[in-house]
Amino acid sequence: MGTVPEEDPHDDAAGRLRALLQEDLDAGFAELVREYQQLVYTIALRVCGHHHPDAEDLAAEVFLRAYRALRGYSAARLGELRPRPWLVTITLNMGRNNARDRGRRPLQVTLEDFVERSPQGDVFDDVAAGLDRRRALAELTACLPDQQRDAVLLRHLCELSSAEVAEVLGCPEGTVRSHVSRGLVRLRGLLAERYPALAAGQGSGGTGTPVAQVRRQERISGHRRG
Amino acid sequence: MATGEDDLARVARMLAELAPGPVDLTGRLFAQWCTVGSPVGEVYVASTDRGVCYLRTGESVGGDDQRFLEQLRDRLGRPARRAARPPAGVAPALRSGRPGRLPLDLRGLSDFERAVLEATARIPVGETRPYRWVAERIARPTAVRAVASALGRNPVPLLIPCHRVTRANGDIGGYVFGGQVKERLLRLEDVNVDEVNDLAGEHVYFLGSDTTNIVCFPTCHHARRITEPHRQGFRTIAQARRAGYRPCKHCKPAELAA
Repeated sequence: MGTVPEEDPHDDAAGRLRALLQEDLDAGFAELVREYQQLVYTIALRVCGHHHPDAEDLAAEVFLRAYRALRGYSAARLGELRPRPWLVTITLNMGRNNARDRGRRPLQVTLEDFVERSPQGDVFDDVAAGLDRRRALAELTACLPDQQRDAVLLRHLCELSSAEVAEVLGCPEGTVRSHVSRGLVRLRGLLAERYPALAAGQGSGGTGTPVAQVRRQERISGHRRG
Repeated sequence: MATGEDDLARVARMLAELAPGPVDLTGRLFAQWCTVGSPVGEVYVASTDRGVCYLRTGESVGGDDQRFLEQLRDRLGRPARRAARPPAGVAPALRSGRPGRLPLDLRGLSDFERAVLEATARIPVGETRPYRWVAERIARPTAVRAVASALGRNPVPLLIPCHRVTRANGDIGGYVFGGQVKERLLRLEDVNVDEVNDLAGEHVYFLGSDTTNIVCFPTCHHARRITEPHRQGFRTIAQARRAGYRPCKHCKPAELAA
């Protein structure tokens, strides 16, 4: 996994935010919202089955919950705040509660969600025509085991560091790395199997990877990590 | 193996593309506040994207912005930022005592509290109703005390005129900003406060006209048009009914038959 840097590029932002929150809670909170609303919304959107109004509601609830908690925090506690994993954890918890209320599963996007939103024609036709990578990827991530999907999405969609993902999911960093790497390998395999056109990477100059080769690599990779 | 790693990185990059377009939640999260003139001096008004959510008189917070903001945050659990001007319609609503269609944000209140405030909002300028009348209107006739505490928690006094709810015995009753402010507001609306007091002293709580045989609350604008020779006082609606009177359809004193 040497291709992905492990340092947290947001450390400066977090430090600045901690200082601001200690000085003036409302001003600090305004910055917190500006800095992390995209992240919270991204997760909220997945938790809410890609329903935009619900996701915006959830994201707003998350920040209000965060604000109410921050009001009760001492300066010392604000000084220790790690805003990104903290907000992600709140989002996932509230999302799970909402999902449980509605009988949905966490961080899961079902194929039906996307088929419903595609009134004209078949999803596969769209993808085959190279029209919608997003839809294909969303479908494929839904096929991953829960732990792998959560880890992969937090790491590469939400761009959390491995340490932050570990904090959010409550497991060791090594476990996160292995979930992420297995998840990616699996996704690559699924992609090659179901959407060879996408796997070949149109426009990026890459060459197609034969399905057999991907499978072999998956096995090798599995051995290495296992 | 190099190709494999590149492929993985590419899959990771494709995942990043799943991120949605930009979103801006600031307007939804922050209340906006400012001060605006009212019949009882400057008031602090806060609103959200849904409408006015909090109002306090400058007097009640000693003219201190920070004290108002602390109360606002405690009450709403929301951050606030200063606005250049009040939401459209607030100034005329305060001037006239008629909020009309001014949007209010009453989230965070219970259904009961909201029902109390909605019933109260229908009391016309210059008239008063007893707490029990409000309880009757929301079909909770025994919840008189609960009505009083719901009114005490009214987040938007003046706009929802909880000052127009008074005690059945003619007393002016309590108020978030104190009884004196309540009386001042009622007098500014030209409520016949002294007359109501005098009548209560004689145990008269309803007024009827012997030309129309209709009985009203003494502050009802129909009651106030009754000329002295035709005015009949009643202690209860039951007594008025026995005398052949029917309750006014405007101020609706009907249910208060006890």
